[in-house]
Amino acid sequence: MIEVDHLVKRYGSLVAVDDLSFRVEKGEIVGFLGPNGAGKTTTMRILTCYLPATGGSARVAGFDVFEQPMEVKRRIGYLPEHPPLYRDMFVKDYLAFVANIKGVPSAERKKRVGNAMDRCQITDRANQQIGQLSKGYQQRVGLAQAILHSPDVIILDEPTIGLDPNQIREVRELIRGLAREHTVILSTHILPEVEMTCDRVVIINRGKIVAVDTPENLMAGMSGSQRFYLEVAGEQAVVEKAVRAVPGVADVLPVADGPVGQNVALYVDAQDREELRPALAAAIVQRGLGLLELRRVSVRLEDIFHELTTNEEEAV
Amino acid sequence: MRNFAAIYGREMRAYFNSPIAYVVAAGFLALMGYFFQNYLLTFNEYCRAYSIQHQEAGMPSPNVNAWVVSNFFGVQFFMWLIVTPMLTMRLYAEEKRSGTLELLMTSPITNWQTLLGKFFSCLSLYMAIEVLAFFLVFVLSFYARINWGPVISAGLVVLLMGGTFISVGILASAMTDNQIVSAVISFVLLMMLWMIDWSAQFVDRTLSELLRYLSIVEHMRDMTQGVIDSGDIIFYLSMISFFLFLTYTLIESRRWRQ
Repeated sequence: MIEVDHLVKRYGSLVAVDDLSFRVEKGEIVGFLGPNGAGKTTTMRILTCYLPATGGSARVAGFDVFEQPMEVKRRIGYLPEHPPLYRDMFVKDYLAFVANIKGVPSAERKKRVGNAMDRCQITDRANQQIGQLSKGYQQRVGLAQAILHSPDVIILDEPTIGLDPNQIREVRELIRGLAREHTVILSTHILPEVEMTCDRVVIINRGKIVAVDTPENLMAGMSGSQRFYLEVAGEQAVVEKAVRAVPGVADVLPVADGPVGQNVALYVDAQDREELRPALAAAIVQRGLGLLELRRVSVRLEDIFHELTTNEEEAV
Repeated sequence: MRNFAAIYGREMRAYFNSPIAYVVAAGFLALMGYFFQNYLLTFNEYCRAYSIQHQEAGMPSPNVNAWVVSNFFGVQFFMWLIVTPMLTMRLYAEEKRSGTLELLMTSPITNWQTLLGKFFSCLSLYMAIEVLAFFLVFVLSFYARINWGPVISAGLVVLLMGGTFISVGILASAMTDNQIVSAVISFVLLMMLWMIDWSAQFVDRTLSELLRYLSIVEHMRDMTQGVIDSGDIIFYLSMISFFLFLTYTLIESRRWRQ
């Protein structure tokens, strides 16, 4: 549905997007992840024909964004970082206007607007002026604007910004619901969002792709070794010695924000993806120490992101 | 056409949803009423003082068209010089500031549709205010015998002049995302167009003719007297097209590859 080929965007001497290539299949939700200023917004603006690329090409639904912008624009819904709202308009009128310029036939307009308002849960605000709505409602009006003409591709730049936790959950559900009929690209720097909503993740940093994969694969691939969390009632030195004696243990680290008092908390890294829990439990119990907690620590996308984006910086 | 109508409708609603249209119309009409009344009183004074002696001395006989109607249109020119920037300043600057230009530019509408929608909505508001101002002349016609020919040709020049001022204002609005800056730029441009022929006498012949030709005042003179010259009409239409084309190019240029 979306093919990006060696895309480059320069602002003067600043390279915002540097040789970016990726593909998005129909019906996928792809998360664009990266620190602020990584080039997420620029890439989205190129895909929506708002900005020209300096080099490379991008195709949306088979149409080149530079050669056939009108065809591309007919097939996309776009929520920019700042929702493009006319503050003096009423919600209903605004959405009718957007439906109009997006080419929705007038017979269908009312139905589509009602539909989008239902999906974004703003029907009760239909007759309010946009400028008087709260940030969260404004964001949802922006979202309604992006989906109301039922485009093939929906591009959302930080869709959950400014929403409260309940609204965030609703918006995530809405986005997951969209995936059946639409292809969705969303950008964010909120990591749990990607873990929860996206089929695939594109991590970019300084305009370059650092990783492209499913959230699960990224997490699995990153943790070359397995890590366990261990909490024991006993003395630090004794516990550490006992743990190190277990075959297959590569490293033992104290937990920075561990428990206070008598208990010792440790991270135990296995040499590879081995299951060490039975051996660890046995070693602790044999020495007469009280085993309080033992569990596998899953590497969070947050850690991967941090690792990938900071490694990159060090390399530069 | 549908997209043009959508932009046109939205712009019209924006004028009337905000106080802009009402404040500008009320202020303009109040001043116009004041000017009109004073022209009438001056005319009245002249009529009463006019006698055989005056006629023999070669002073023109009182003429309501020349004294009231013509002056009334003359002063409108200056008023619009100041007022049009206030109507045009938001057209693009506000869209840039609020990010809605991003919506327009990523929607399947052309920049011409957007531009012309904005231009004609502003021109419609301008003409609506002018129609209300014309009402003063209409009321006068019950009390005086008015020669309608020059009034109609003056109406035409009002339309063409408004179009020129608005196209200059739109260009200024497309240059910036700050409405005040946009208003100042368009005011300066309009003043330049008005005064451009003042330096004509100090330069060589070819240039001076060019400067005289470019003056918007020069092309108005005949039409306010009732003479319709196709050359004047073409001048205004080409000015409008020129400024609209510059605006279009400015908006479109963001899509150019470096």
